[in-house]
Amino acid sequence: MGTILELRHVNSWYKIKSKNPFQSNATRKKQVLKDISFSIQEGEILGLVGESGCGKSTLAKTILGFIKDVDGTIVRGTDQMQMIFQDPYGSLNPSKTIGWILEEPLRMQGKTDREMRREKVEKMLKKVGLEPSYYNRYPRELSGGQRQRVSIAIALIQGSKLILADEPVSALDVTIQKQIMELMLSLQEELGLTYLFISHDLNVIYQMCDRVMVMKNGRIVEIGDVEQVYTKPKSDYTKKLLEASC
Amino acid sequence: MLDINHLNIQFHDTEPVTNAVTDFSLQMKPGEIVGIVGESGSGKTMTALSMMGLLNRYAKTSGEIWFQGKNLLELNNQELQRIRGKDIGMIFQEPMTSLNPVLRIGEQVEEGLRLHQELTKEEYRSQALKMLQAAELPNPEEVYGKYPHELSGGMRQRVMIASALICDPALLIADEPTTALDVTIQRQIIQLLKWINQKKGTAIMFISHNLGVVQELCDRVVVMYKGKIVEQGYIDDVFYHPQDDYTKRLLDAIPTRTHSLRRRKQPADI
Repeated sequence: MGTILELRHVNSWYKIKSKNPFQSNATRKKQVLKDISFSIQEGEILGLVGESGCGKSTLAKTILGFIKDVDGTIVRGTDQMQMIFQDPYGSLNPSKTIGWILEEPLRMQGKTDREMRREKVEKMLKKVGLEPSYYNRYPRELSGGQRQRVSIAIALIQGSKLILADEPVSALDVTIQKQIMELMLSLQEELGLTYLFISHDLNVIYQMCDRVMVMKNGRIVEIGDVEQVYTKPKSDYTKKLLEASC
Repeated sequence: MLDINHLNIQFHDTEPVTNAVTDFSLQMKPGEIVGIVGESGSGKTMTALSMMGLLNRYAKTSGEIWFQGKNLLELNNQELQRIRGKDIGMIFQEPMTSLNPVLRIGEQVEEGLRLHQELTKEEYRSQALKMLQAAELPNPEEVYGKYPHELSGGMRQRVMIASALICDPALLIADEPTTALDVTIQRQIIQLLKWINQKKGTAIMFISHNLGVVQELCDRVVVMYKGKIVEQGYIDDVFYHPQDDYTKRLLDAIPTRTHSLRRRKQPADI
């Protein structure tokens, strides 16, 4: 088992457009990530927790290369990374069937054999706990939990090994939340996946992850094994977070 | 104080008719905090909206909602207007969208007061500032002149609380007031609601799908599933000795820190 992803002293910035309409070219920069260093081992689930605006999602986007203004080193042990988003309503094209949506990455890979694509999609649907008949359904016909299952299927259909899950269960009811968490864990074991699991819910992180990373204002304030961090938090901020959530 | 008897809510814009709430009965005493929990679509919000007469025109209600000697379901819009904001205050889930983006905070907090009491401009202002202060907003004077987009989520929710409570209502309906907030801010808002309840004796109907928060804040809890009440009782009874299967499932699904779903590797494996 090797390191699948490593970040060394990564900083990233967002550009902020000037509010003054007469100086539209003048942009300021805001540093979002500050000196981020960590690594994820293959087959590991690393939790990332912090308040909104602390840079959790930016970190995921930086890893995927969506953010241009970055310095530091990012060593990716795999080319195949996928993201799962919080909002299963917003992340599926409403005018396409589930089958079409799931085949999209395969088409982009140049897989032209229709039968093969369909077979692969139906196998994937089964894997995430959906009937093959969902192939012809539209996103609006699905519940929130079912849509999140589809999002997971999209992330896995190309055989990606590293999944960046950005608040994948936050928009779901607790009963559905638990089902999705269990699904993600069983898929992880079956396929040997690696997750960077982002959540603001410390209890969800506790139940899902091997290690946890606590972020505040773009910095990592603490990283370590879940049991250790939860029982003996080192940083004051982690303590505060743990106390605030019941 | 509040007595809901066999409330039914149906929506007639679909075929067949949607039964949003079926046979909902609940009594609340002054100063009591009652939690309503259930998953999305279980009818929590519809119940609250029906009390305020805010359901859309396709909704049909039957049953009775007695509040301070009046059946709210039989009042016309004008009569409801006199109760809304004055005797019953309401806070909604989304502090981002329930404030008017083009009005200053001060005007929005005062609005309830303007509708229900004749006061001078200065009195409105001082009342609003007092409420902002009570909602523990730093620099009420400064916040008074700001626009909603200049405030954070937690501050907006405090503004909502201030404007809901400015007429000193006997009942506050809080519909998922902490759902959109970070845990540390969530905790502060809960403390604030508790404090208001103790200080002013405001009864609170607290709607949430977060069972942890409900357990912390409420005296009693009502569990709803698919528009029906499946269980109700005192917090400890329901949380520690749930009778209904759905309640058990719901409680079982709350993520806790006592056991992990992940079979973590033991140090020996690595």
